[in-house]
Amino acid sequence: MSPKNRKRSLLDWAKDRYPIAQFQEWAKHKTVPVGRGAFWYYFGGITLFLFLIQVGTGIMLMFYYKGSADTAFESVQFISAKVPFGWLIRSVHAWSANLMILSAFIHMFSVFFMRAYRKPRELTWISGIVLLAILFGFGFSGYLLPWNELAFFATKVGTDIIGIVPYIGEPIMYVLRGGEDVTGSTLPRFFALHVALFPALLTMFMFVHLFFIQLQGIHEPQAWETQPEQRKTMPFFPHFFMRELLFWLITLNVLAALAVFFPAELGVEANPFSPAPAGIKPEWYFLATFEFLKYMPAHVGPIEGESLGLLVISFGGLLWCLVPWIDRGTNRRITTTVMIVGVVALLFLTIMTYRGYFA
Amino acid sequence: MKFDRRSILNWFLGGSTFAWLGSVVYPVLRFLSPPPEQEAAVSSVKATTLTEMEPNSGKVFKFGRKPALLVRRPDGDFVAYLAECTHLDCTVQYRAEKEDIWCACHNGVYDLNGTNVSGPPPRPLDALEVHTQGDDVYVTQKS
Repeated sequence: MSPKNRKRSLLDWAKDRYPIAQFQEWAKHKTVPVGRGAFWYYFGGITLFLFLIQVGTGIMLMFYYKGSADTAFESVQFISAKVPFGWLIRSVHAWSANLMILSAFIHMFSVFFMRAYRKPRELTWISGIVLLAILFGFGFSGYLLPWNELAFFATKVGTDIIGIVPYIGEPIMYVLRGGEDVTGSTLPRFFALHVALFPALLTMFMFVHLFFIQLQGIHEPQAWETQPEQRKTMPFFPHFFMRELLFWLITLNVLAALAVFFPAELGVEANPFSPAPAGIKPEWYFLATFEFLKYMPAHVGPIEGESLGLLVISFGGLLWCLVPWIDRGTNRRITTTVMIVGVVALLFLTIMTYRGYFA
Repeated sequence: MKFDRRSILNWFLGGSTFAWLGSVVYPVLRFLSPPPEQEAAVSSVKATTLTEMEPNSGKVFKFGRKPALLVRRPDGDFVAYLAECTHLDCTVQYRAEKEDIWCACHNGVYDLNGTNVSGPPPRPLDALEVHTQGDDVYVTQKS
């Protein structure tokens, strides 16, 4: 039997048992719009690719990482210095995390500016925001794991901010820290969140997100509704799929270059009884919040500046979630306002991040 | 409200479901929240000696489970505070060149009386008491 025949017989074997033909039929009809915005469609897939890299490198790191305050720093040092290619795997994990959040941001803003959040895709939008929130959780919990000075103080500040939230903040802070303060008891908790809870949640919401997209297809430009003759699409298989793979390859190359030329640093081991070092900063995706809170005065009227800042940020986040219901595409003025607010939000985030980085 | 057999059964079932949920959720929540640490409250810690610490210098030391800051002022007197910034909990340090207490996280500044003078801290540092016995410097809870 020639290899081709063997493949055929394998396919026939599967077709006898599973609805393969239906799947083929479905795949044949899956299309992606072609046009000005098409470039941005790749970023959702790129985020997925980077997540797969995170899972792979994360599992590898767990083979050596020891998640307790006495051993964590040394084990990461061991990974970086002694394990063959340990520095590379750790660097790729760190860089891929950053690129993943960047690519998720690009994906979100491109969806926003293409107004793809509108009916019937409201829940796709919400599930995407939930996914981004989980990514932040990943970043925050993973940052502490090497147990270095920067991470220690970033975690102190970050959990303290959670504690500001009225009523539920304090108990959540206590549970996250494993006590009143950030100590060795905090580390195993963050480890459990980082390697068990968040991956499970992310996988779940990712399936929900993708399921919605499969059900409704990819959003097409609104102009096509009135001018159907302009409608232009390409088949998902293999046209878009192959292009997506090409982007994955480019991403992998960028990732490799970054990981090799700017390897992840480790710094100094955390010591709860030493002062916070000068120039302490969170990861770049928390910088805008960090910088914004820095500009808050100690008190604004009766409330602490910190609480007010947090309130403003939460309100902004809530509005962002509600965008599909604010702009339904029925009122031009509302649409224009929402788009302008989007541009302002993007500028604000960029400027605050820039200032935070170079301050 | 009707008290036929169906509604009574529904109440019974609903109540059991709630009781069941409670008996599952409550232990989980309690499990996640760690018991308070059984460490005896510290009353007094020997932080340094007169010969060890120059005037115009500071030292972070362990005061029970928390970090504390001992400062020897330029005039030779000692002051001590819990070293946790009242803003967001970072550990503060003494800046000899500016003769103030500084938090690196968000640029909060306190004077040597522990009063918040600039930046985001909303209130003064928690003060501790300093006693000297011969060459030894002891820090105690404020009485």
